[in-house]
Amino acid sequence: MEKKNNTPAPTQQVAQKRNQWKEVWRRLRQNKMAMVGLAILIILALAAIFADVIAPNGFDNQVIKDRFQTPNSTHWFGTDNLGRGVFDRVIHGARVSLSIGIISVSIAIVFGGLLGALAGFYGGRVDNVIMRSMDILLAIPSILLAISIVSALGGGLFNVMLAVGISSIPGYARIVRASVITLKGQEFIEAARAIGANDSRIIMKHIIPNSLAPIIVQGTLGVAGAILSAAGLSFIGLGLSPPNPEWGAMLSGGRDYIRDHMHMTLFPGLMIMATIFALNLLGDGLRDALDPKLKN
Amino acid sequence: MLRYIARRLLLLIPVILGVTLITFTMLYFTPGDPARLTLGEQAGAEQLEQFREIHGLNDGYVVRFVNYIKNAVFHQDLGLSYRNRQPVFAEVASRFPTTLKLAGLGVLVAISIGIPVGIISATKQYSLFDSVSMIFALIGVSMPNFWQGMLMILFFSVYLKWLPSSGFNTFQQMILPALTIGTSTAAVITRMTRSSMLEVIRQDYIRTARAKGQKESKIITRHALGNAMIPIVTVIGLQFGYLLGGAVLTESIFGIPGVGRLMVDAIKQKDYPVVQGGVLFIAVTFSVVNLFIDILYAYLDPRIRSQYK
Amino acid sequence: MTKKPLLEIKNLHVHYITNEGTVQAINDLNLELYPGETLGLVGETGAGKTTTALAMMRLVPNPPGKIVSGEVLYKGKNLVEMKEADLRKIRGNQISMIFQDPMTSLNPIMTVGDQIREGIMLHQKVDKATATKRAMDMLEVVGIPMERYDEYPHQFSGGMKQRVVIAISLSCNPEILIADEPTTALDVTIQAQVLQLMENLKVEFDTSMLMITHDLGVVAKVCDHVAIMYAGTVIEHAQKHKLYRTPKHPYTIGLFESIPNVHETTERLKPIIGLMPDPTDLPTGCTFHPRCPHAMDICKVEFPEVTHLSDEHWVRCHLYPADKEVE
Repeated sequence: MEKKNNTPAPTQQVAQKRNQWKEVWRRLRQNKMAMVGLAILIILALAAIFADVIAPNGFDNQVIKDRFQTPNSTHWFGTDNLGRGVFDRVIHGARVSLSIGIISVSIAIVFGGLLGALAGFYGGRVDNVIMRSMDILLAIPSILLAISIVSALGGGLFNVMLAVGISSIPGYARIVRASVITLKGQEFIEAARAIGANDSRIIMKHIIPNSLAPIIVQGTLGVAGAILSAAGLSFIGLGLSPPNPEWGAMLSGGRDYIRDHMHMTLFPGLMIMATIFALNLLGDGLRDALDPKLKN
Repeated sequence: MLRYIARRLLLLIPVILGVTLITFTMLYFTPGDPARLTLGEQAGAEQLEQFREIHGLNDGYVVRFVNYIKNAVFHQDLGLSYRNRQPVFAEVASRFPTTLKLAGLGVLVAISIGIPVGIISATKQYSLFDSVSMIFALIGVSMPNFWQGMLMILFFSVYLKWLPSSGFNTFQQMILPALTIGTSTAAVITRMTRSSMLEVIRQDYIRTARAKGQKESKIITRHALGNAMIPIVTVIGLQFGYLLGGAVLTESIFGIPGVGRLMVDAIKQKDYPVVQGGVLFIAVTFSVVNLFIDILYAYLDPRIRSQYK
Repeated sequence: MTKKPLLEIKNLHVHYITNEGTVQAINDLNLELYPGETLGLVGETGAGKTTTALAMMRLVPNPPGKIVSGEVLYKGKNLVEMKEADLRKIRGNQISMIFQDPMTSLNPIMTVGDQIREGIMLHQKVDKATATKRAMDMLEVVGIPMERYDEYPHQFSGGMKQRVVIAISLSCNPEILIADEPTTALDVTIQAQVLQLMENLKVEFDTSMLMITHDLGVVAKVCDHVAIMYAGTVIEHAQKHKLYRTPKHPYTIGLFESIPNVHETTERLKPIIGLMPDPTDLPTGCTFHPRCPHAMDICKVEFPEVTHLSDEHWVRCHLYPADKEVE
C-alpha cells in the first residue's frame, strides 16, 4: 500500500513543522513505556527542585545517635554511618545527579554539535581536522577520558560535569556531521542559498533545527550515560567527595558498611537505576516517535 | 586485503600520537609541582632537583613531549613512576593481561547471552519471552555495574558463600567480575541483536528464501544472522572499549590488580607517568580492536570486502 | 471448454491489521489459472496484486497481514489450511515466485550460485556436487556464464540479478511461476530482454505463469488470459483477445480508454475520474461505484457477484445480470 507523497509547498512548511512536533508528541503519548519513563523523570525532577521541602533536614544533618537505623517511619530509607537520613540524601542527590547529567550533556551537545556542523558543512580540510581529532578522542574509552580529565583538573561538581561532557563530545559531533551532510544536499538548503542566506543563517535556521531529532534521542540516552559516568567517578573517589549526596559518592561511602547496613547502598543504587531506566524508556520512545520508520 | 590492513595500521600511528599528545598535555598543565607533590613539604631543594632531573621535568613542553615519544618508540620506555621509580612500561605491561582478560571475559559473557536472547526475541516478537527479556535488558542497561558488583558480592559471597569476593586467579574468582562487567554489555548486545534481526527479517531476500521453501530455522541461521551481524559486531567493538574503561571500576570492587586499579591509585598519588601509560595502553588496545572489527566486516560482508581490493 | 484450473482462488479475503486501522487488501477475490497458460493480473498500484501473489504461497507477512477467509486450491489442495511443512514442499518446488525488485531480492552475503543451489538442495534428492552442477546449468539457462557462480549479488547489474532470481525460481522446474512485476524495476531496454527470456523459459519449462503487472503492453505481449483487479478484487477475467476486443466492466473499459493507442487516432485520452479508494475505508457495495459512469442504486449497497458472460469470461458488475438469472 504505497501512499502518494506530496511535496509540501514552502509556505506550508512552518505549519507543518509545528504539526510535526504535535505528531511526535501524539505518537510518544501512545507509547506506554515512554510515558512511564517520562512520569518517573517528572517525579525525580520535582524531587530535585523541591528537595528542601521534601527533605527539610538537608543532606548533611548528622545525628550520631541515630546512625545505622534500618528503614523506619521517620527515616524511610534508614540512616547512614553518621546518622544522616538516606532518604534526605538521595532526594538532595537527585538535584546533583540530574544537574550533572543535564549540564554535561548540554556541554557535549553545544561543542560536539558545533564541531560536527562545521565539519559537515564545510567539508574538506575543516572536516578532516575536526573528525580526525574526534577519532583520537574516541580511541580513549569515554570513562577513561573522563577519569584523565578529572585527574588533571581535580574533582568537584563543575570539573566532573566538564570531564563527562568533554568525553562525550565526539559522539554528538558524529551525529550532527552525518545529518548535516545529508541535509546539505537537499533542495531547501539550496533554495535558501539561492535567495542569498549566508552560511551562519543556513546553519542556525535550517541545519540545526533539522538535525534535532537524532540529537534529542542521543541526548536523552546521553543524560543516562553522564549520570552513570559521574557516579562511577565518584565511586572510585575521583568525582564528588563527602558529604556531597551525589548517588555514586553515596555508594562509595556505603561500600564499607555493605555487609551489615546494605540499605546505605541499596537506595542510592536504586535511584540511579530508576533514573537510567526512565531515561532509556523515554529515549527509546522518542526514537520511535521521531522516526516511525525505524519502529519494529 | 593485506594492503588495507597495512594502511589501517599506518593510520593507527597518528591516532596514538594524538592520544599521547592529549594525555601528555593535560597532565603537563595540571597545576602543582610533581616533585613537591611526590616528595612532600619537608623535601630539600637538592632532593627536588634530583627528582626533576630523573624524570626530565626541567625541559620545556616540546622537548619533553618529543623525548617521551622518542623513548616510547625506541626504548619502550614510558618514563619512571614518580612514587617507586619503577619503569612505567613494565609496571603497566605486567598488569595489562589481567585487564584484557577481564574485558575479554566480559565480552564473552555478553555475547553468549546477548546474541541468542536477541535472536529468539526477534523471531518471537511480542511474545512473553520477548517482553521479559527486553525488560531484563533495560534493567541491565540501567544498573550501574559497580553497584551490581557490590550486590553480587553481598549475595553470592557474603550470604550464600558460593563465590569468592576478590582476586582474579581461579575460575571461581573470575565469575563475579566477569558477570559484573559483562551484564550491561549483554543487555546492549541483546537489544542490538533484536533490532538488527527484526530489520533483516523484513528484507525481501528473506521472503525469497521463504519462497524457496526454506525452513524458518535455516532462514534465521543462514540468511538473517549473517546480515544482522554487521551492526552487532560494531556494537561489540564499541562495547569492548567501554569494558576496558569499565574495568577500572570492576577492578576496584573486586580488588583485581589490573591496569584500572593501578591508574586509580596513581591518580590519587598524582603519579602522572603511570596514569599516562595506562591510558596509552588501553587506547592502543581499543584501536587495535577496532581495526580487527573493521577486518571482520570484510569477512562478513562481500560488498565491503570488494572495496578493499 | 472444461479444463480444470491448476490453481484456483475462491473468495479470498486478506487484511492488514495495524494500529491505524484494518486495511482490507483483498476482498472476495476469485481467480483461476489453467495449465500451461499465462494469466495477466492487471491493476493500479495498491490494488492488491502483490498481496494476491503472496497469499498464493501463503507468504503474506504476518503480522500485520492475515488471510481472513477463502481458499487457495492447488490441484484441489487448500494451501490456506495446509501444514507449514507440507507447504514448504510446494514453495519453490511446484509454485515459485519472481519478485519485483531484484536489487533487494537476493541475499547480499551469499554467492548467487549458492542461492540457486539452496532451492535445488531443498527439493531434489541430490548431493551437493550435483546440485552445484545444476545451479551452474541454471545460470547458463538464464544467460549468465557459469563462471560467475561464486560472485555476489552486488557484482551484478539489475537485469542480471533478475536473471538470477529467475534461475532460482525455475531451478526446480515448478508448475506455476508467479512473476510480480518482474520488469518494473529494470531499465526499459533491459525490460524487453528479461520479458523475452521469461517467455522462452515458460515454454521450455512448460510452466503456467501468473504475470502481475500494471502495464497493458506487457499483457498484450505475453498473456493468454487477463484478470483485471480493482480495490482488492478481480472485477473482470477473460481471454486476452476477448478482453481487448470486448471489455465489459466499466473500469476495464476506462482502463483501455486511458492509454494511448498508436494504431488509432484518438483525440484525447480519457482518464478514469477519481482516485483508488482508501483501503482502510472502502466504499459500500461495488467498490468502483463512486467512479463509475454507469453507477446505479444497487451498486451503492450490494457487492456484485460473479457473472459468467461466456466461457472463461466473467465480470463482477451489476450491469450484467448475475449467473443464476441467466441460467
